[in-house]
Amino acid sequence: MSKKILAAPYLIWMTGFIVIPLALIVYYGLTDRSGAFTVANVASIATPEHIKALWLSLGLSLASTVVCLLLAYPLAMILRNRGIGRSSFIVFIFILPMWMNFLLRTMAWQTLLEKNGVINGILSVFHLPGQNLINTSGAIILGMVYNFLPFMVLPVYNVLSKIDNDTINAARDLGANEFQTFLRVWLPLSVPGIISGITMVFVPALTTFVISNLLGGSKILLIGNVIEQEFTRGSNWHLGSGLSLVLMVFILISMAVIAKYDKNGEGSAF
Amino acid sequence: MMAQPLIDLRNITKSFDGTVVLDDLNLAVAENTFVTLLGPSGCGKTTTLRIIGGFETADKGQIIFDGEDISKLPPNKRQLNTVFQKYALFTHMNIAENIAFGLKIKGKSRAYIQDKIRYALKLVNLDGYENRSVSSLSGGQQQRIAIARAIVNEPRVLLLDEPLGALDLKLRQDMQYELIRLKNELGITFIYVTHDQEEALTMSDTIVVMNQGYIQQMGTPEQIYNEPENAFVADFIGESNIVPGIMIRDELVEIFGARFACVDKGFGTNQPVDVVIRPEDIDLVEPERGTLQGVCTHLIFKGVHYEMEVTTPDGFEWLVHSTDLCPVGRQVGIHVDPFDIQIMNKPASEDEEAVGVNE
Amino acid sequence: MNRFLRFLRRTWQNFYLVLIMIFLYAPIATMMVLSFNTSKSRTQWGGFTLHWYSEMFASRNIMAALHNTLLIAFLSAVIATVIGVAACIAINSMGAAPRAIVMGITNIPMLNADIVTGISLMLAFIAFGISLGFKTILIAHITFNIPYVILSVMPKLKQTSRSTYEAAMDLGAGPVYAFFKVVFPDILPGVLSGFLLAFTMSLDDFIITHFTRGAGVNTLSTLIYSEVRRGIRPSMYALSTVIFVTVLILLIITNFVPKKRGNKV
Repeated sequence: MSKKILAAPYLIWMTGFIVIPLALIVYYGLTDRSGAFTVANVASIATPEHIKALWLSLGLSLASTVVCLLLAYPLAMILRNRGIGRSSFIVFIFILPMWMNFLLRTMAWQTLLEKNGVINGILSVFHLPGQNLINTSGAIILGMVYNFLPFMVLPVYNVLSKIDNDTINAARDLGANEFQTFLRVWLPLSVPGIISGITMVFVPALTTFVISNLLGGSKILLIGNVIEQEFTRGSNWHLGSGLSLVLMVFILISMAVIAKYDKNGEGSAF
Repeated sequence: MMAQPLIDLRNITKSFDGTVVLDDLNLAVAENTFVTLLGPSGCGKTTTLRIIGGFETADKGQIIFDGEDISKLPPNKRQLNTVFQKYALFTHMNIAENIAFGLKIKGKSRAYIQDKIRYALKLVNLDGYENRSVSSLSGGQQQRIAIARAIVNEPRVLLLDEPLGALDLKLRQDMQYELIRLKNELGITFIYVTHDQEEALTMSDTIVVMNQGYIQQMGTPEQIYNEPENAFVADFIGESNIVPGIMIRDELVEIFGARFACVDKGFGTNQPVDVVIRPEDIDLVEPERGTLQGVCTHLIFKGVHYEMEVTTPDGFEWLVHSTDLCPVGRQVGIHVDPFDIQIMNKPASEDEEAVGVNE
Repeated sequence: MNRFLRFLRRTWQNFYLVLIMIFLYAPIATMMVLSFNTSKSRTQWGGFTLHWYSEMFASRNIMAALHNTLLIAFLSAVIATVIGVAACIAINSMGAAPRAIVMGITNIPMLNADIVTGISLMLAFIAFGISLGFKTILIAHITFNIPYVILSVMPKLKQTSRSTYEAAMDLGAGPVYAFFKVVFPDILPGVLSGFLLAFTMSLDDFIITHFTRGAGVNTLSTLIYSEVRRGIRPSMYALSTVIFVTVLILLIITNFVPKKRGNKV
């Protein structure tokens, strides 16, 4: 009985700093400056400016999620099939960038991509024309993939390394060739890891404003940039909250997807 | 020995990271037999099975299956199926999908597959389990499904890698009878790997005793038990007293100075040999009627029999199993019937001890 | 033939591993090289210098941000660990329904987007009348750190057997003494990894800090953000090199120095 008292600090803390703040977003999102109820903030997502930012965000984050999956799956597969332990140095090398400061990683790409950056410098050494690399959608996707790739590698690798060799042998034994084994055994068994990886890449990519700010310049606005500006430039918290509510719908959808496919938490990265 | 073996392993050699696991192994398996590869862990029995299954490639040698060399074929092209040690069921599929896996790959018709699933589940006494999930089954049931999944493909050989190892004693004994029944109903060849000698003796037509990558002896359970060809086999199969002796002449052996009549011949005269006597073959009699005399030094009740130790003046402790009790401290005589004495050549060197004896 | 195919496949795999490795590390390596470059240009090597390192250590802004970052990471990790471990003990003794609710709340900050967590906290601080500054960053970091502690400790706590705790009580120990003598040593690895995870998460955070910091208070992340938007100075490369090497050493120590209860079998 007395043990439950120990949860009190935690519950008070989480109520004060998670539940109430979220309720505040809902409150701000559904009221105007005078405090009257309105859906105008949420509905403003439909304005051409906002809907464009949302579509662009969805498009770029989807593209980077797909690229991450295509790069990470073979990598995780190779690491797993080499039979190197989960705590081995080689696996560590591929996960390590995850622990590097997020801004430093993005700054590194700015250095490489800039107009007078490293890549254009190398091109000019070979008398090749300089490329316009920074401030493009491609640069943003590159930044997203670079930043979030380890978040895809880790859960996929975790799930793959839990698959018993004999399960694969059994499929071969029952007549499946390598392609059939991949399609019918490897892939379905790694679904929890793939789903977990997709959400771990998709959600931060969808909501980022840092990568688009540093690698996309001021011309490319993502939904994250729109919301960030509403708050930091002090223009309209009600509008920003309303757009955040729209964003949370997408997050809720991905949470529901996780809950459906990863019941036992097998795919979790930590 | 056999007209046309179904599987013929020729000069199989395999090493992992420089450690030789199988050294020039030769083994022929006849059709429709229950063959058990028996030995301690690390003896190479599982590696042999995996080479037959195609999950390991031998460094040297050939695997002949029904007259054809299948050494280079991948597992999915071989006409045999494996029941894995930890079942290796597909956890993302239900029972019916697991059993149907191989048949779907082969492109069998839906009706055929349905029939086969029902037949296989009946065969392993799990009718009606089609839609259950793998995790809802007990270990013994999962094992049966693993068997069902393999046999629906109508393999000519079923490979079983310690399939009962994870089950408790009672279930293991039930499954042993189940496997014998299956083997007889299906009429196919079973190659079975185990380290459990009792299991091997119960189920097999032929037992292949292996140690350190070599075949030590191959024969029927009776031959293996009653006529072990070397000390390793005698020691590994059942309990036994292995004592040094001298073969005086044919049918007479001297042990610790006492002469025992036996039935073995052809060891020459005054040859040092090893003598194997099973504990249940020793009769404890009145001291003056025994060939050797000793004192009972140890007594434990084991249920079906008493286990006793009789120490003879030379200091050897004889293990004796008997339903008659002999209290500790009593003087007894040791008597052994001639046909219960098994004579083996002494190993001349380490090398010779390990030489394969299946030629 | 077979052997040749295997060789080909292995070569291709090695090639792929190297390619990804280059993708991951080339940008970091570039920054490291540039941090020693005398020339401010990114494309010309003007000779080796440690000038940018001395500039970095002399910069009051950078040093203040470093101080804030480490202090917040340490304090938030300690406080989150204390609150989190206490919560775990309580959650472990709860029935299924309340446990599900509490764990649901725990998952919110982990699954929610950082930008939403950040602005929700900012709105709350302003609504509560707490002025934005060092302490609001600290509160925000404690908030997103507690779930990491709980997720690290909970599995360990579930593994500990109830009977050892009861045995200690049976032998005359009070509940608190029994906990620290018997249960705590068992969950210590989970507590430590929870603490380290919280510490790193705090070090790495930018987005939530961005919304909850007041004017004039910087962590390394927010400092880098404002610097980078103004144009990168080479002292930033020096800073990244120092951070990278520090993180690398810390992770190698925590991952590869053999632990007391050998984790390799």
